[in-house]
Amino acid sequence: MPLPRKESIATPADSTACKTAQGIETPPHVGQKSRVVLGAGVIELDNVGYSYGGGDLLSDISVQLAPGSFHFLTGPSGSGKTTLMKLCYGALLPTSGQVRAFDADMASLDRDQMALLRRRIGVVHQDCRFLDHLPLADNVALPLTVSGRDRGAESENLAELLAWVGLGSRTDALPPELSGGERQRAALARAVIMSPDVVLADEPTGNVDWEMSQRLLQLLVELNRMGKTVLIASHDLTLIRAAKSHVQARVLRISNRRLQLAGADL
Amino acid sequence: MSRGTIRAYVLGDAQADRVVPPTGITAQLTFFVSAAMAFLAVFALALSLASGRLADRWSDELARSATLRLSAPADQKAEQTAAALRILTQTPGVARARALSAEEQAALLAPWFGADLPLEDLPVPQLVEIIEGDSGYDVAGLRLRLSAELPGAVLDDHTRWRRPLVEAANSLRRLGLIAVLLIGGATAAMITLAANAALAANAQVIEVLRLVGARDSYIAQAFVRRFTLRALSGAALGMAAGMGAVALLPEASDAGGFLTGLGFQGATWLVPLLVPVLGAVVAFAATFVAARRRLGELR
Repeated sequence: MPLPRKESIATPADSTACKTAQGIETPPHVGQKSRVVLGAGVIELDNVGYSYGGGDLLSDISVQLAPGSFHFLTGPSGSGKTTLMKLCYGALLPTSGQVRAFDADMASLDRDQMALLRRRIGVVHQDCRFLDHLPLADNVALPLTVSGRDRGAESENLAELLAWVGLGSRTDALPPELSGGERQRAALARAVIMSPDVVLADEPTGNVDWEMSQRLLQLLVELNRMGKTVLIASHDLTLIRAAKSHVQARVLRISNRRLQLAGADL
Repeated sequence: MSRGTIRAYVLGDAQADRVVPPTGITAQLTFFVSAAMAFLAVFALALSLASGRLADRWSDELARSATLRLSAPADQKAEQTAAALRILTQTPGVARARALSAEEQAALLAPWFGADLPLEDLPVPQLVEIIEGDSGYDVAGLRLRLSAELPGAVLDDHTRWRRPLVEAANSLRRLGLIAVLLIGGATAAMITLAANAALAANAQVIEVLRLVGARDSYIAQAFVRRFTLRALSGAALGMAAGMGAVALLPEASDAGGFLTGLGFQGATWLVPLLVPVLGAVVAFAATFVAARRRLGELR
């Protein structure tokens, strides 16, 4: 596995964001109730609500993502999956309740602390969000660049990472030259290059065919087996059902602005 | 701002500089505005410095000279002139005094009456030029003595018309400095607009950088360095062009009057070298504030 080793994980300067349990834990019991409790979480949402334009998008969301766990977040389009993901990596702040990452209340972090926190949370965006003027290798290495890490020292890891996602021969390609599947794999490589503790993927298979979505899913499962906490937002129930045969995943569903644990009906 | 941050701004980071895509129109705008403003600033400085020199020269030269006007019948003019010269020679603080020749007096009147003025047929007073010594002389005392011994003599120490001239020159100097300040302000405004345009055009880049863990200082640095360097290079070019244009102006001469005195002299040629530095400082501050404000709008 070509990902950077644990000792190369970037650690925030503030002590409040450095208390993550590193080992893989067996996911604890999951209760069938509206408050979804999955154990001591690297990311915890406590009675979170989010309103926009006078209306509630999310209400009373409480969930804890345990270290090393694998979760799907599903729900119909417009149900608030992307909003919930944004709350998890601090792009949005809740209008009520509290979001904690690595025991730190996100609302209390200053801007520098938030930047450092995001180096521990890898995000695969639905639209990938590349810098179109930079070649693929530079885009994937962007988290290293902005954190001041030496690109030269990391070049071997970068090459291995690109090979892992099957893009070893596309390093000089510009993002507009990549196919949908290549873009998603590149986005995944960028999300994990800092060896984050958590990987959040928002509809990572939304624009790719079934074969590629299986390939992407396999990559995320491999990451989870390395101990990464994985949360995937997807409306594709077929994909989720297929994934459950490969990994012990929990499925969370947003329904009527609230979060529920999906059961056997999935 | 820490020493490390300042070093990062000065030395830069090639990787960080590449992260922000080149923005053609704002780059050209910043460069052009900086060059044009620096060119104008050099001229404003030249005007201000020249006005200052003129004010000092007028103030100094006119303050050190005076004119004695002797109105006397033609048959007594030579005698009274000699008496006046004797009094002036005896007056402490008067360096020298001399009576203007008929040709010099005719030359003074020529602009109004023409060159062929028959001066000997007119009751023109005799003029005596007085040059003051370093210690100065007692104007009131001299006037008293002249009124006692030469009732037809009038001492004019140029105060009446020297003051407005010096004030005018000083006003020109102030206007030049105000022009330099306005140019600096306009430069800051234009660069702020260009920086805001660049920041708006790169909103998605900034958002991506924040999402992958870039600190505000890192993002701001990429923009601030770029705009500062553009402003510095543009202003350097404008300054060079301005100094070249000023150097081509005619040398100062009495025939040309004030207009040929525009320019720099001696060590003042070094003053325009500050223009690109100040331009860069203005660009740095303007872009820094704009970048921080824009970043503050993002989570």
